[in-house]
Amino acid sequence: MSSENMTLNLKIWRQKGAQTEGKLVDYRVDGVSPDMSFLEMIDVLNEQLVRKGEDPIAFDHDCREGICGMCSMNIDGKAHGGFKNTTTCQVHMRLYNNGDTIVIEPFRAQAFPLVKDLAVDRSAIDKVMMKGGYISANTGNAQDGNAILIPKPIADEAMDAAACIGCGACVASCPNGSGMLFMGAKISQLALLPQGQPEAPLRALKMVHEHDSLGFGNCTNHAECEATCPKGISIEHIARMNREYLKAAFTYHEKTRT
Amino acid sequence: MVTSAVNHYFRSSIGRKQLVAVTGLLLCGFLVGHLAGNLLLMVSSNAFNLYAHKLFSLGPMLYVIEAGLAGIFILHLGLAFKLNMENMKSRGKYEQKTKTGRGTTFASQTMPYTGLILLIFLVLHLISLKFGTHYEVTVDGVVMRDLYRTTIEYFSSPIATAWYVFAMLTAALHTSHGFASAFQSMGWNHGKYFKNVKRLGLIYAILVGAGFAGLSIWCHLKGG
Ligand code: SF4
Ligand code: FES
Repeated sequence: MSSENMTLNLKIWRQKGAQTEGKLVDYRVDGVSPDMSFLEMIDVLNEQLVRKGEDPIAFDHDCREGICGMCSMNIDGKAHGGFKNTTTCQVHMRLYNNGDTIVIEPFRAQAFPLVKDLAVDRSAIDKVMMKGGYISANTGNAQDGNAILIPKPIADEAMDAAACIGCGACVASCPNGSGMLFMGAKISQLALLPQGQPEAPLRALKMVHEHDSLGFGNCTNHAECEATCPKGISIEHIARMNREYLKAAFTYHEKTRT
Repeated sequence: MVTSAVNHYFRSSIGRKQLVAVTGLLLCGFLVGHLAGNLLLMVSSNAFNLYAHKLFSLGPMLYVIEAGLAGIFILHLGLAFKLNMENMKSRGKYEQKTKTGRGTTFASQTMPYTGLILLIFLVLHLISLKFGTHYEVTVDGVVMRDLYRTTIEYFSSPIATAWYVFAMLTAALHTSHGFASAFQSMGWNHGKYFKNVKRLGLIYAILVGAGFAGLSIWCHLKGG
């Protein structure tokens, strides 16, 4: 930890596009304040690059407060830098020391094709969500919130699952490139709540089939995703999805459809 | 949709891994039975031979059981192989070594390799013991196969014993991940009991690994 401005050595993946070859390029960035976030540090580097007339490094980001899930990158071999429950935008430079060398790569997985430099296309996650990560049962006017009783432990568990921000770190860190954690979180969250019940079987079937067709890998229970997830989502939700899917595959009936 | 949902199950990532899980647990059960039977080696040559003879005299029933076992094994191995081949394609290829040290374990990462070693072991094991030298012995006036002698003779070789011990350590490693993993795959991870499933998996791996390995060493000392 340091309180003075730092100079860092960076090795950053540069790649013009999906069709071209990429490589790690060395950079030196001066004047990094320990109070800066990791993304601000890259901003500083990009300003230096632009001033020199070079192409700035492309990277995804949006909220910069740990809730949007955009800031995908692999820092020193770990998604989001591997700090517990932390997205890249919430990693602060005080965690590093003057003179450190940091290697930054894009998220890599078959389901996340590279766009440019550190930016990848994570829309496969949205495609899975679009197959059922919501409730569409028509219920008429909103009723009194207190009319639907949900035990506190269940509500808590559903809330834990709902914390997923769709960042894709689980996919990027999975040795199989599988998307089971974010999908499990959504299927589990909705299966826990009464509002999600009517569509639960069809949701499980559709989302799992979509997941499998988009180039995500097969989960083999490494649990690396759980360790990497910035929202601390547990693989218990994958287990609940496995149960839901098994149940749905053998009991789903067109007639029960809502 | 009913039939198509079931059809898809057997092609889906989750469906196939659940089949790997169920067959894996069945194989775990088989190992316990096998080990229990083998422990008769330590009781006496007659006890072991009589037990083997009982199994042989099941006749056609034995073939059915063996075919079932072979089917379970082939399904387990075939599906796991297929899932792994697909995963080789889907995983991200990083320049940097990636690992948080908080998720994957040595056992979980080496599942395909330990599985392959166990396959080779199984083939050699069947050749050298089940289809090994055929001796005969008379116990209580009944002529039967002297599998005890075949076994002790086989393990008189230090190389055979060492290979066997190695294979059993591999089996322990494989099941140390596989046992609890199968529960997770089936969806039996809910609340606090999963910690105990993990513990049980470790105990299982150690007991079975040490049991078979210890027995082979015992046979070696007996025959040497
Ligand atoms: S489960 Fe965790 S790691 Fe995966 S997308 Fe959601 S927040 Fe990100
Ligand atoms: S930029 Fe939104 S979570 Fe990091």
